[in-house]
Amino acid sequence: MIAIVDYGLGNVLAFVNVYKRLNIPVTVAKTASDLVGASKLILPGVGAFDHAMQRLEQSGMRQAIDQLVMQQGIPVLGICVGMQILANSSDEGTLPGLGWIAGQVRKFDVATLPHHTHLPHMGWNDVTPVTGGGLFAGLEQDARFYFLHSYYFDCLQLQDTLALSDYGIQFSSAVSHKNVYGVQFHPEKSHHFGSQLLKNFAEL
Amino acid sequence: MLRPRIIPCLLVKNKGLVKTVRFGASKYVGDPINAVKIFNEKEVDELIVLDIDATTTGAGPDFKMIQNLAAECRMPLCYGGGVKTAEQAKTIISLGVEKVALSAAVLANPELVTEIANEIGSQSMVVVLDVKKRLFGGKYEIWTHNAKVNTGKCPIEFAQLLEKMGVGEIVLNSIDNDGEMKGYDMSLVKQVREVTTVPLSVVGGAGSLKDIGNLISQFGIIGAVAGSLFVFKGAYKAVLINYPNPADKEQLILSSYRADQAKDSR
Repeated sequence: MIAIVDYGLGNVLAFVNVYKRLNIPVTVAKTASDLVGASKLILPGVGAFDHAMQRLEQSGMRQAIDQLVMQQGIPVLGICVGMQILANSSDEGTLPGLGWIAGQVRKFDVATLPHHTHLPHMGWNDVTPVTGGGLFAGLEQDARFYFLHSYYFDCLQLQDTLALSDYGIQFSSAVSHKNVYGVQFHPEKSHHFGSQLLKNFAEL
Repeated sequence: MLRPRIIPCLLVKNKGLVKTVRFGASKYVGDPINAVKIFNEKEVDELIVLDIDATTTGAGPDFKMIQNLAAECRMPLCYGGGVKTAEQAKTIISLGVEKVALSAAVLANPELVTEIANEIGSQSMVVVLDVKKRLFGGKYEIWTHNAKVNTGKCPIEFAQLLEKMGVGEIVLNSIDNDGEMKGYDMSLVKQVREVTTVPLSVVGGAGSLKDIGNLISQFGIIGAVAGSLFVFKGAYKAVLINYPNPADKEQLILSSYRADQAKDSR
């Protein structure tokens, strides 16, 4: 079963609702024992990088999550800040990230933006998958998702970029390495595009 | 390409949905949850829900209602009404709301913006400015408590202060144009836009998709918010929840929008 990790960040209910409509059973994990038997993890997130890492450490679930993802190799999907903490570190904070996908989280350089509105990058933007299928099955053309962030994931390995978006520069709006996935946008708030992506994750 | 946002704004009073004209003459237009369900089907960009009783009656945010709305919303939701503290803002975010809007409390204490942004992140911290033009002299002033209290503060100066304090978005609401459906107050938007770079949304006066197109063509990346336009149909204002379909919306945006517009016009 998919476990949505509730470490006090992000819209856990929204994921529950999307999966309910898809008739896919999910569970909300608040403690390490809730994670026993999970076959997939969703790591939601909003807010600041260090705050997210602290909350994860304090949740008492860190060890169990490491075990599931690193030892057992179950798929994990990080959302927004839940994606950014997959990196090694962030310009936004001082704490180390999980380091599951090699990279550094950087702030957008507003000087590259063609328009007057700067940060946060807020609203609906195009997401272009690098390859078809997998997480982006059925989303190869004209996929659009809701973004709300000021920092982006700068991948160290080119092949870890799963999808690209444009905000002054092209940046990795989705990343993956082995069983670890992350998306910068909010699939739980992106209508049928997001619902399709979350369905795809369930079917990986 | 990042797109300008087209956003319905719903007003809640006595647990029902209402629409006002110039912040008065509120007309009952239906049940909030039902409206959210329809806006889900229409795949709206975002939704703003403002509880217009919460500050004036002193009741504060109705957390149960907010939770019900958030659970139903399949698009980002911004809630405003009666929020005074970082604690309340945190609770609202934990209920599944993406953005929390403040107004009166921030006018009284602008530092609250920084305090709340530190808790929930700048991106989720929204301030709504209800603005009225003076009858003589044409000076803009920010009002609160459903346009009953004049703070005497200038929205152009205050917007700059908000940006310094770490606000994530400013919603400019024209009291004079509310419900009139005669177009946005473009002069007000221009003056605030010129002095800030934070995401800006505008509400008050949209009467047609053309008004939204005009706003986008002048300001590029902007939030075009409308109440009456998306809840009424026709000259007699029959209640009918509506929103442009994806193809029409795309057409409206592409025909109005040029990325460099807002920068060039300065």
